[in-house]
Amino acid sequence: MKIHEYQAKELFKQAGIPVPEGEVVETPGAAYDAAKRIGKPVVVKAQVLVGGRGKAGGVKLAKDPDEAKEHASSILGMDIKGLKVDKVLVTEAVDIATEIYIGMIMDRSCQKPLVMASAEGGVEIEVVAKENPEAIMRLHVDPLFGVQPFQSRGLASKLNSDFNLVRQIAQIIEKLYTVYDRADASLAEINPLVITKDGRVVAIDAKVNIDDSALYRQKKLEELRDVSAEDPGEVKAREAGLSFVKLEGNVGCIVNGAGLAMATMDLIKTYGGEPANFLDIGGSSNPEKVIAALEIILRDPNVKSIFINIFGGITRCDDVAKGLVTAFKQMNLNLPVIVRLTGTNEDIAREILAELNLDTAATMDDGVKRAIELARS
Amino acid sequence: MSILIDEKTRVVVQGITGRDGSFHATQMMDYGTNVVAGVTPGKGGNLFADKVPIYDSVGEAVKEAQANTSVIYVRAPFAPDAICEAADAGIKLVVCISEGIPVRDMARVLPFIRERGCRLVGPNCPGVISPGAKVKVGILPASIFADGPVGVVSRSGTLTYEVVFQLSNQGLGQSTCLGIGGDQLIGTNFIDALTLFGEDPQTKAVVLIGEIGGTDEEEAASFIADKVDKPVVAFIAGQTAPPGKRMGHAGAIVSGGTGTAKEKIAAFEKVGVPVAKIPSEITGLVKKAAPNLSP
Repeated sequence: MKIHEYQAKELFKQAGIPVPEGEVVETPGAAYDAAKRIGKPVVVKAQVLVGGRGKAGGVKLAKDPDEAKEHASSILGMDIKGLKVDKVLVTEAVDIATEIYIGMIMDRSCQKPLVMASAEGGVEIEVVAKENPEAIMRLHVDPLFGVQPFQSRGLASKLNSDFNLVRQIAQIIEKLYTVYDRADASLAEINPLVITKDGRVVAIDAKVNIDDSALYRQKKLEELRDVSAEDPGEVKAREAGLSFVKLEGNVGCIVNGAGLAMATMDLIKTYGGEPANFLDIGGSSNPEKVIAALEIILRDPNVKSIFINIFGGITRCDDVAKGLVTAFKQMNLNLPVIVRLTGTNEDIAREILAELNLDTAATMDDGVKRAIELARS
Repeated sequence: MSILIDEKTRVVVQGITGRDGSFHATQMMDYGTNVVAGVTPGKGGNLFADKVPIYDSVGEAVKEAQANTSVIYVRAPFAPDAICEAADAGIKLVVCISEGIPVRDMARVLPFIRERGCRLVGPNCPGVISPGAKVKVGILPASIFADGPVGVVSRSGTLTYEVVFQLSNQGLGQSTCLGIGGDQLIGTNFIDALTLFGEDPQTKAVVLIGEIGGTDEEEAASFIADKVDKPVVAFIAGQTAPPGKRMGHAGAIVSGGTGTAKEKIAAFEKVGVPVAKIPSEITGLVKKAAPNLSP
């Protein structure tokens, strides 16, 4: 789960990481008032859950409240990569001397948290990683100890030579790790962390993503969720306990299991079609889930056919077929559907499905080919 | 022969009185698995299915019933504790089925159990099955498996069943099939599985089913080039997955441009491991890579 910059900065503030003074507002008038209260030049920043805000014109410097109001009115309502801006952060502008990058993620191979730092801040870390990988310093953290002071000092001293600044940067690294750890973050990033001309170290941007699996114990953070940034189908799927990702194609698919669902999408592409979605319905034969899955797919007007691909293992095919029959009887579908059920009791399942006059396929390959054909016709 | 589990496997089921635990304990026993104990704190002293003793702790299950393998069906918030309890009680193989364990917890659990000489398979995995020994530890549907020379290792569940179903129908049985799990942090990775299959005399070829996210497949490819003599056939799911989106499994995500299917396929092809373009090609590629296996 992603949270906004202003929300991440609030977490930083609570942990003692210096952030510039700022306010979140939703109207140009409020932006004027905020700039006036701050009493210095400000930066007006679009609050949307996507990168590249600056390039899209969503971040602007204002020397006085009038200009802040002007910028806010142009940024509010702006579309950035498909997301509408309805909040801006009005924040004190700082005099930047140097920009640094600090980020934390889980290193999957080493199975330890990884701190990454670079003296080249303000640039996307992926770009640095590609073009100048030696510029990124890496520090693995023992999850049982956290970042030790000698480690943060060592890392910070590679970022700057002034020991007064090194000490400040080291403390920020330790505090950022505290944020990362306590929030069950999958990413905690300051880009850039700036050294100001008057010798302060300040986080002028903030990015924190939360591990979805930890939300059950991060209730306060889950309240920060902004569903406006998500596809409505994905929101509905989460509420129904399904895993769904919207894509751009026209062949909808409902599959049990994440790996098989991915393989089904790939197969649609291989045979010349375009998948409309990823949808993992899980190991259940519950008609309610089938109905929820169909409803989510039908929201997408691009979908021209639906392929249901179920491998019946422990959940037997005949149970799944019964669930499908119940679901289809309750729904009025005017899209072609093709069903492929393989595994335990597939023969009985086929007899049950015969009642619905549904198109059935014997293999995944046949089902996919047929679904693509139906989407074209 | 097989890897990880065989006739000597004595299973304790953690969470045996729960819905999933009780259902799958029965399924495992019906297949032939020696389920010697169950654990549910507070329900010790009872019997499961009129014969399997239930204990309050894994320690008692080890002491009283000589359990040497654990399978965990408890809900995610309680699973890290269950894994650590098993390791601390001296269990050497823990299979964790539970899905949705926070990454932060696994980062602490893994060093804890390794210090105790315990191997974890999973979490968020379907488990392990050795058809020749008629032993399964997990939730895999036994009816589709057959005894034979092919080792199967996979990050997914139903996709594995799909592939195994085709292998069995084409006369290619399996030595052991293991699902290593769809999470970011897992106890047993592809290299571990390849090492075990390499040492197992029954296994003559390996099918490796990977997916997007992380670099486990890339590391496996280098390992195969250096250390594996047996033929390996690979398949990678998620070629059409958009970046930045989690595809069902917590670990199936392309982030920061790494973990794409393209990179993984290229890594295997570079070291001469045939990669199936679609699942139905896998059986044919196995027969081609290991012609002496064909029935």
